Amino acid sequence: MTINYLGSISANDLPATFTKFFVEPVSVGFPSPANDYLESPIDLNQYLIKNGAATFLVRVSGDSMLDANIADQAILIVDRSLKPKHGSIVVASLDGDFVCKRLQLKPRLCLLPENSKYKPIYIQHGQDLDIMGTVTAAINKFE
Amino acid sequence: MRLLALVDCDNFYASCERVFRPDLKQVPIVVLSNNDGCVIARSKEAKAMGIKMGIPWFKVKKSYLAQGGKVFSSNFALYGDLSKRVMSILEGMVKKIEVYSIDEAFLDLQHVQNINHAHEFGIYCRNTIRQWVGIPVRIGIAPTKTLTKVASHVAKNTSGGMGVCCLSDQKDIARILKTLPIKEIWGIGHNLSRQLNQLGIYSAYELMQMDIRLIRKKFSVVLERTVRELRGESCIQIEDHCDPKKQIVVSRSFRGRIENLSALKPLISNFAVRAGEKLRQEKQKCSQVSVFISTSRFNQQLQYRGFDSFQLPCPVDDTRSILMGANKILNTIFRKGYPYAKAGILLSHFSHSTFLQKSLFEAKDQRHLKQDTNLMQTIDALNDTQTQVYYASQYPARLSPIQKDMVSPKYTTNWWELPTTK
Repeated sequence: MTINYLGSISANDLPATFTKFFVEPVSVGFPSPANDYLESPIDLNQYLIKNGAATFLVRVSGDSMLDANIADQAILIVDRSLKPKHGSIVVASLDGDFVCKRLQLKPRLCLLPENSKYKPIYIQHGQDLDIMGTVTAAINKFE
Repeated sequence: MRLLALVDCDNFYASCERVFRPDLKQVPIVVLSNNDGCVIARSKEAKAMGIKMGIPWFKVKKSYLAQGGKVFSSNFALYGDLSKRVMSILEGMVKKIEVYSIDEAFLDLQHVQNINHAHEFGIYCRNTIRQWVGIPVRIGIAPTKTLTKVASHVAKNTSGGMGVCCLSDQKDIARILKTLPIKEIWGIGHNLSRQLNQLGIYSAYELMQMDIRLIRKKFSVVLERTVRELRGESCIQIEDHCDPKKQIVVSRSFRGRIENLSALKPLISNFAVRAGEKLRQEKQKCSQVSVFISTSRFNQQLQYRGFDSFQLPCPVDDTRSILMGANKILNTIFRKGYPYAKAGILLSHFSHSTFLQKSLFEAKDQRHLKQDTNLMQTIDALNDTQTQVYYASQYPARLSPIQKDMVSPKYTTNWWELPTTK
């Protein structure tokens, strides 16, 4: 599976039109009984992004991570500030290409696909591997 | 001792181009100015190939590309976003920060107890930015801003120094200043450096040893401040607030050369119209209009630069007044027989739209002012649609977009700009 960079979001530059409900000031008559209970609308950024400065969005192309619920065209939330662990799903650059795989550190360094159609990638001596960041979430769109 | 730090991104634009292109890890990268005119950023590898800063792209293009170099038009959407990330990480680390430019920031290290801690902090800072954003930075730490610049210079030119340089020991400072030519000192430009050379002052150390009173008398308090800062006395404070925008510039390099006033005029008018739109968007009024025209820097035979300003009687945001001023200037600065390569307009001396200074000599009544404002708003609204309204002196077309033939995707700010990966 290869992945494509899509974009990044930080708390203040996402479209403000996610789910905003405004209660208009009532010009005549009785004030809205909901006024006292107003809260901020639900913000997906808050749920998906812990560290905006270090978080990037990446689009998936391919089905090699299907069994980890990452479908073709899914958007990955990649946090570069988290230290990748054994078993983390990561985005890495391998010999100049970005790949998304599950990271195996022991018994030997390996990038594991999550689809039986694909083979594990054992990192050979002399191969250039950089872990770019840890995938903290994937967004699959159905419509 | 109070310590300051300067965080400076290495070859920033070139580094940005590399963040999402791991295939370009060791490949030389250059970034070009608007209109793909000159080289404005170079990766380490491109510098090693001898590509000079500011050189016109056409001069090096053939041999650079033949040697496998990679070139990009400037992508400020990407650079701006990555810069914001770097700065926000720094803001999280210290209480006081001055964002000095897109790729530099001064930090006040008031939380740091001693130079060892400062060095550790520098390494931590550098590793964090590298890991979180993918941008390499170098860090100069010293007691004054001018010395942090020196330290950053040292960090840049020392291999294996981890990109962090602390300068606090007087002996170390003296040793380094002895090898530093004065033109490398922050705030010392080409002319000043030549003047000092004539006095026999070549190294930063020699400058530091000069008599302060003599410097104030012969030069300026600005140079005096620089000298005091080199001696470790902090004179330039960290400014943690930024000034609102003070000028608007609209300029273009022409693809061909223009010799006639009649051909130049409509272009200047287009700049004036665009500048007026920007001015109103920013809700500012300006009371000075300036115009510049110039021949190509690289045409050695015929060189001319014209520049002049026009004071408006009161602050305006009316395109008609800006056009009037611009055309007056153009008539005075234009010289026949030169192949002009570049021109532009600059609006300055701003005052906020809501604080209107009334001129004694041009006392328009409120009703007329309201009409003018309505007219400008109507034209702006129309020009935002398919319908276009042009002023008589204008060339009847929108200002051509800046030419960028080799721009990378807006990886971090646009959902639809996918890179091509295999």
